[in-house]
Amino acid sequence: MRISQNPGTALIAGDRGTQLFLALLLTVGVAAPIMHLAFPEDSALHLSTYTMTLLGKYMTYALLAIAVDLVWGYCGILSLGHAAFFALGGYAMGMYLMRQIGTRGVYGDPVLPDFMVFLNWKALPWFWHGFDLFWFTAAMIILVPGLLALAFGWLAFRSRVTGVYLSIITQALTYALMLAFFRNDMGFGGNNGLTDFKEILGADINAPATRVALFVASAMALGLGYLCCRYLVLSRAGRVVQAIRDAESRTRFIGYRVETYKLWVFAFSAVLAGIAGALYVPQVGIINPSEFQPINSIEVVIWVAVGGRGTLYGAVAGALIVNYAKTYFTAAIPELWLYALGAMFVIVTLFLPGGVVGLADRFSLRRRDARTVTA
Amino acid sequence: MQAVPGTRPGPRFVPPSGLGWLVLVLMMGMLWRPAAAAETPSFEQALSGLATSNFKEKERAVGDVIAVRHANTRVVLNALLEGNLYYRKSDRRVFIGTAQDANLQLQDPVTLSPAGTTEPSEYSKITTNNQLRKTLKSALASFDLADADPQVRLAAVSEMLRSLDADGVSILRAREGTEPDEAVREAIRTGLAIADLDGEDAAIRLAAVEHLKGSLNPEVFNRLTAIVTPTDAGSYAEPDEKVRSAARVALASIERWRSLFGTLETLFFGMSLGSVLVLSAIGLAITFGVMGVINMAHGELMMLGAYTTYVVQLLMPQHIGASVLVAIPVAFVVAGGVGVAIERGIVRFLYGRPLETLLATFGVSLVLQQLVRDIFTANNRPVETPQWMAGSLQVNEALSITYNRLYVVLFMVIVFVILQLVLKRTSLGLKVRAVAQNRAMAKSMGVRTEWVDALTFGLGSGIAGVAGVALSQLTNVGPNLGQSYIIDSFMVVVFGGVGNLWGTLIGGMSLGVVNQVLEPYAGAVLAKILVLIALILFIQRRPRGLFPQKGRAAEG
Repeated sequence: MRISQNPGTALIAGDRGTQLFLALLLTVGVAAPIMHLAFPEDSALHLSTYTMTLLGKYMTYALLAIAVDLVWGYCGILSLGHAAFFALGGYAMGMYLMRQIGTRGVYGDPVLPDFMVFLNWKALPWFWHGFDLFWFTAAMIILVPGLLALAFGWLAFRSRVTGVYLSIITQALTYALMLAFFRNDMGFGGNNGLTDFKEILGADINAPATRVALFVASAMALGLGYLCCRYLVLSRAGRVVQAIRDAESRTRFIGYRVETYKLWVFAFSAVLAGIAGALYVPQVGIINPSEFQPINSIEVVIWVAVGGRGTLYGAVAGALIVNYAKTYFTAAIPELWLYALGAMFVIVTLFLPGGVVGLADRFSLRRRDARTVTA
Repeated sequence: MQAVPGTRPGPRFVPPSGLGWLVLVLMMGMLWRPAAAAETPSFEQALSGLATSNFKEKERAVGDVIAVRHANTRVVLNALLEGNLYYRKSDRRVFIGTAQDANLQLQDPVTLSPAGTTEPSEYSKITTNNQLRKTLKSALASFDLADADPQVRLAAVSEMLRSLDADGVSILRAREGTEPDEAVREAIRTGLAIADLDGEDAAIRLAAVEHLKGSLNPEVFNRLTAIVTPTDAGSYAEPDEKVRSAARVALASIERWRSLFGTLETLFFGMSLGSVLVLSAIGLAITFGVMGVINMAHGELMMLGAYTTYVVQLLMPQHIGASVLVAIPVAFVVAGGVGVAIERGIVRFLYGRPLETLLATFGVSLVLQQLVRDIFTANNRPVETPQWMAGSLQVNEALSITYNRLYVVLFMVIVFVILQLVLKRTSLGLKVRAVAQNRAMAKSMGVRTEWVDALTFGLGSGIAGVAGVALSQLTNVGPNLGQSYIIDSFMVVVFGGVGNLWGTLIGGMSLGVVNQVLEPYAGAVLAKILVLIALILFIQRRPRGLFPQKGRAAEG
């Protein structure tokens, strides 16, 4: 593929997949809120709150998938712990929402969330201060996953932990966090997590307008996140990152600081995952330690693999396909879901290394070839 | 109803005791028996004496029941103590009864066989009062003290030490002279010394403290602590300063011993936990370490081994003791077969692409989990522990070792040795190592690498199945069994160094011990987190583990 001289136009013009994705996102992002708000409930064109929230949830998943694709598809780092960054962003948002409950909780304590009153705590732990302010929370949503990724990545990449070793310690990271967040005395609600939210930025969290706003915010975050990643991979640094994926030692010998590139890509990806988590929590209404489960992180990897890694829009497609399948299967034939998911892992790795996107490319390539022959 | 054989009198000793009526009956029983066995009432007759509302008569009847020394005496008297003894109003026959819904489920006291379920209205509960309960407890204790088995006698003494009263002391004092077993005698002396701590004479108390110096009995520790601890008013329960300082010295020595044995116990717990880790990681060390294949389904292969144990037990319910031993080879074959199938079906297409292998085998693990859930339901399956694995080895009063933990350590050692022998002494092992070191070279020398790959993967998977048999005796057998061990297993392999079974052994053992040592200070979950964090940091320092492979093999 030839890269256009002007990165601004190359961002969109160079790639059919990107154009298709942005067009679809724009359509859904505009049409869904209109269909939800403008049409009465008995109209055929009405979009229910459930579908709306579901779409919003998928958008945050898609953002998470892009984050994973950035490190795995472009940098060759298979992170089995990205759901941890997602959950950390979610917990930061959850803490803000808990503080907004105020006296409307079951115990009516103006400062302490219900679970703290229940555990007989007298004062707010130090790390809960500031979360009543939205700007502070927004900063934390970016800083907490970002700094954790920086610290972790600095330790890991500097000592050249690569390949499966890195995958396993990222998995250990999310596992350790899961165990930690399950503890009641960590101060994050233990097993039950944070839930029963009332309002966000002064608006009722269950009102249709708020739902629409959250949906639009998710769509915008997805679009912006996509463009940022696309800009990154098209940039000079992005090409170095892909060189690291293909031949790490050679890139190092040429003189690039491989660790630095990997570190910043990893941290940026973690921030994206954190933002996705923060948008996810107000829409589903709960965050609990099971979000840290190692299987969640691995599922994200399979979304990317199913869609086709190293394309970004493939990750989005994969996230949508797998999650739609999950929603459908777990409702219709729940006992088959794990078989389907397991089979997906096997089939994609064995037969579809390029994922669905790769399959489509191959198909259109063959058609184009056929056309040139007939012409 | 005829008297069953067990009603014949046949004890070897009957303890003399100072319990009024009881003693008298016992003494008479002892004196009379040789001459007039026929005059001793049968068990059933003695029992019928209990069917009265007069507590004095009941007490006398208890004495009669004891004197008969029937095999069921303990059961019946315990039932009486717990209020589960009834008599039929019509014929005053005594039954053991348990209330079930509105009915009474009866059990014949002589044969212990069920005797039907009836309306409770025709039966009357044999009630007890404080005095009778006290008598009963002492009676049961002295009954056990006369048992032929020294273990039972020792347990009875330990039980008595927990709440020693004047009656108990006199029973023990009487027993001291006739007790043939040294250990039981020592326990009795400890008990008497505890009693002497309340003595009038300071010299006796001092001697008692001196005697108790080496004892590890928790009751001794409590009593001595009470002696040296001042009351709120600042005075001491023990008036004599000499006794108090002797008690302090004794306590210090006891505490030293207790902490020593406590450390030993922690070490042992750590070793048994480490053995579990080694067992679950050692199969992985083969597939991951020798072949470079990440098998995320490893935990599920262990789960298959555990379920195999369950199925084997279902097939041979009469021989639970042997079932576990039978399950070991069966589990090896089952898990090994599944492993070979995974290798032939999936992994062999993905050599050289470790990340893809990881994902594909993860898919297999999901399928296996759901398969087990569909066949055996999502609930945990009850796997029975054979008799020979239950219980514990009582080293002394401060240290006891449960047998199942002990066997796990032994089992791990056996598996490890066999595996080392297979890898170092057989032609398969030679080929496995050759392929691991240099695949192309091995192939040119005529080694059928495909075949070796399949067998190596099968071997590693089979070991996982064997580990599952061990796990079935230690944890719940459910579909999620594998998941909880997979991360720990990977940690052990990575910590120990890939491709090195000794590294896995040392890695697993040290992780187990460290975990157990941290646990009392940090709590179980925090200890685990600390270990994980320490490991993550460790991998940064030594990315290739404790014992990295040297030479060309390390470059792969």
